[in-house]
Amino acid sequence: MPRVIVPLTELTGGLEGRIVELKGGFGFQRKVRVMGFREGKKVRVISVQPAGGPLTIEIGGSRITIGRGMAQRIFVEVEQ
Amino acid sequence: MKKIILMGNPNVGKSVVFSRLTGANVIASNYPGTTVDFSKGYMRLGGEKYEIIDAPGTYSLTPTNKAEQVALKLFEEGDIIINVVNATNLERNLYLTLEILEKKKPTIIALNLWDEAKHTGINIDVEKLEKILGIPIVPTTALTGEGIKELIYRIKEAKASKVKPSSEKEKWIKIGKIIKSVEQVEHRHHTIKETISDATIKPATGIPLAFVIIIASFWIVRFIGETLVNLIFDPIFQIYKPIALQISHLLGPGVLHDIIIGRLVNGDISFMESMGLLTTGIYVPFAAVLPYIIAFYLILSILEDSGYLPRLATLVDNVFHKLGMHGHSIVTVFLGLGCNVPGALSTRILETRKQRFISATLLAISVPCMAQTAMVFGILGRYGFQYILIVFLTLLTLYLLMGLLLNRIIKGESPEIFLEIPPYRRPSVSATLKKTWMRMRWFLKDAIPWLFLGVVLVNVLYSIGFIDWIGNLFAPLIEGVLGLSRGATTALLVGFLRKDLAVGMLLPLNMTPYQLVIAATILTIYFPCVATFTVLLKELGLKDMIKSTLIMILTALTVGGILRLILIGL
Repeated sequence: MPRVIVPLTELTGGLEGRIVELKGGFGFQRKVRVMGFREGKKVRVISVQPAGGPLTIEIGGSRITIGRGMAQRIFVEVEQ
Repeated sequence: MKKIILMGNPNVGKSVVFSRLTGANVIASNYPGTTVDFSKGYMRLGGEKYEIIDAPGTYSLTPTNKAEQVALKLFEEGDIIINVVNATNLERNLYLTLEILEKKKPTIIALNLWDEAKHTGINIDVEKLEKILGIPIVPTTALTGEGIKELIYRIKEAKASKVKPSSEKEKWIKIGKIIKSVEQVEHRHHTIKETISDATIKPATGIPLAFVIIIASFWIVRFIGETLVNLIFDPIFQIYKPIALQISHLLGPGVLHDIIIGRLVNGDISFMESMGLLTTGIYVPFAAVLPYIIAFYLILSILEDSGYLPRLATLVDNVFHKLGMHGHSIVTVFLGLGCNVPGALSTRILETRKQRFISATLLAISVPCMAQTAMVFGILGRYGFQYILIVFLTLLTLYLLMGLLLNRIIKGESPEIFLEIPPYRRPSVSATLKKTWMRMRWFLKDAIPWLFLGVVLVNVLYSIGFIDWIGNLFAPLIEGVLGLSRGATTALLVGFLRKDLAVGMLLPLNMTPYQLVIAATILTIYFPCVATFTVLLKELGLKDMIKSTLIMILTALTVGGILRLILIGL
């Protein structure tokens, strides 16, 4: 099956993705890593707030709300 | 005295562990970052007295906000560390654990939320984990008290770990290995709780539900408050009245009478207007405000402990982001509706100076505390609900407009929301009652001295003619610009001490309902009360507080002037 890499913001339709890359500075990387966003982790988008609002993500059994700008810098691999 | 510090991620039940250890009254809630200030308690261990400190929750020892800075500082001062770990999310929690262990302080782990982990099919091999980390680990369920005895018993076994210091990357690899060898997760299906959780966070269902929940909450607060007034507090004061009249009679006219009983209205005591220590001084806190304080905090506790607030923060994030803050600021607003002091403290969880400044300034400008709200209902309710509505709609509009404006003017960054959404948890009845009781006591302890001071001050200033003098001085402003009677100046002065008392002072001025609307609105905006002012000064610093204050005064005059033009005309 073909695999594509997209930012977390484009992981729609309840699909599951696997984090492959965190694009950002040292501070950003640590901030998201300690909350569970790390390479290899499976993620699913639970909800997207309208008009550029934040996303709520299911990751490792917990749920986290993350701003869209930050979500755009988290890249996931997804089976199409 | 040796210090024991409780360290852990936000929302792992640290405060519950703390209150179990100390038996102290501690506020714990299912919302990340509620403990922004730390709590202190004491416990005895083998005859020795220890100080226990509950540090604010943090995800790592590299702070990203003020609350986490506090946590780091406390950690460094600690002699023994109790690391409270969330058993349902071991992997993420272990990062902080490894950071703590590298500092070589005597440490013990409380593996909390143990029952929840078991229910969700997570099995952790505690013995193996103990061996790997080289420190004692005790599974606990703080809410029911399970495991707490063992934790206390084993605190003396706390020791420095032999875990070697490593880089961030190495830590994550280490954590991966640990998880693989100690944790087993059974596959499980979506639970009803999760379905409800999703429904309250998805915009299509979550936004309508949020409106229902908020409106219902305020309706319940009003209902409980009114019921308490009608069934308990008013009857008590009816019984008390003849006693007060008797005292009035014994005292006879004079300054002492004015201070203790106040002025009689048509030969009778008016609890709202007499302005004496034993009349208005006790009626306002106990009968007019306390019932609503009880009702408000009861509902707030349930909203906090159930875990609804982070979902609300997600839903409103969009709006708050346009105002220069993020969804987290809804917590400041909610706490502020009870009392502005905890509201101001809660701004510490925000990351940047800009966010804190906007959040705190808007809090002071347009979030009335419960004491004030109750009084506004008290004086305007008799004329009809529409007048109350004008006050609150004005404040809401102001919050939005000022936010948009400040977002443009204030330099600095507004980072995005990044917030854990804890699972829904059923609030425990005893915890809710305990919390409401504590907050109620806190209100009385905080309010009564200022109320009494306010009452005495008004009477003394009145008798030396200061009130007339200042009334004349500000008459052009109060009468000319705001269209109020000049007596309102005194109310605004007293408002610095207590806003509820100030609202009450508007009554004897015989103003029209519209004038009362303007005065009540101005009372919220122009300046925070002394308790809030002190906290804000500490949180924002002198320079920003001066800025914030200037904004408040300017806004009060502008809004007052506009309201006057609309409601009264020139």
